Amino acid sequence: MSVPLDGNAIAGALGELFAVDVSVARLECGGCGMEGVVAEVVVYIDAPGVVARCRACDNVLFRLVRAPDRAWLDLRGVAYLRLRTTST
Amino acid sequence: MAGIVSPGFFGRRRDASPRLPPGQYLVRDFPVLSAGPTPRVNLDTWEFRIATETGEKRTWDWPAFQALPADDVTVDLHCVTKWSKLATSWRGVSVDTLLDGIETDAEYALVHAFGGYTTNLPLADLRGGKAWVAYGYDGADLTPEHGGPARLLVPHLYLWKSAKWVRGIDLRRTDERGFWEQLGYHNYGDPWLEQRYSAD
Ligand SMILES: [Zn+2]
Repeated sequence: MSVPLDGNAIAGALGELFAVDVSVARLECGGCGMEGVVAEVVVYIDAPGVVARCRACDNVLFRLVRAPDRAWLDLRGVAYLRLRTTST
Repeated sequence: MAGIVSPGFFGRRRDASPRLPPGQYLVRDFPVLSAGPTPRVNLDTWEFRIATETGEKRTWDWPAFQALPADDVTVDLHCVTKWSKLATSWRGVSVDTLLDGIETDAEYALVHAFGGYTTNLPLADLRGGKAWVAYGYDGADLTPEHGGPARLLVPHLYLWKSAKWVRGIDLRRTDERGFWEQLGYHNYGDPWLEQRYSAD
């Protein structure tokens, strides 16, 4: 059986795409409105890509597909993603 | 010559069966891939539906589906994550049987599954004895982790096309991309041509 993981499991893959620590980013589920941090989402990695789902409603928050030379990131299930930046 | 050296002796990179597509390695177990929680589908409410491009619908409940003529088939499976499993035994209803008598000019199919998964393919790839809705595996009922009570089986394409927990097929005039086809995976997915990712 494949056991889902938490959002820390995708920190490395997302860190390759973003220059900030995405695991501590806040997000709102586009399905049910629940707010949380990326580290708390439910992650399925035993699939052709990575699928992150809302812990409350199972809505697909984001999907990540990694080809050898390209990556696809789908965030349509996320209402917003709030990333911490350095002060400007 | 095959059989002299045990499989695995040279490791996964040296698998050389003529039934193994490029870039694949052989497995003996049956890996479980899943993009979400395993739906627990109640057979009392299970229904399979085919809808045509004109809105015509045909549905089967579980007893009606079981009453359809079934095939026992042995096929090779090729997953885009690079494992292949040879000579797997299934029991299921040919999609030809399900489409028999349905009038359609559709060229495309969008397959729906319990849990929200979708996948698309040309309707021609579901015809001609190449695809089944399978409910038996290896002599037993298909288990939920492998897609039971019923899954699509389209063994000539990468396994993501063989939707687990299948609940219906929409016949469409236009192609609409499914769950993985929307996100980088190849629209067709022929393992012999190594069509893993989309070109753009
Ligand atoms: Zn939610």
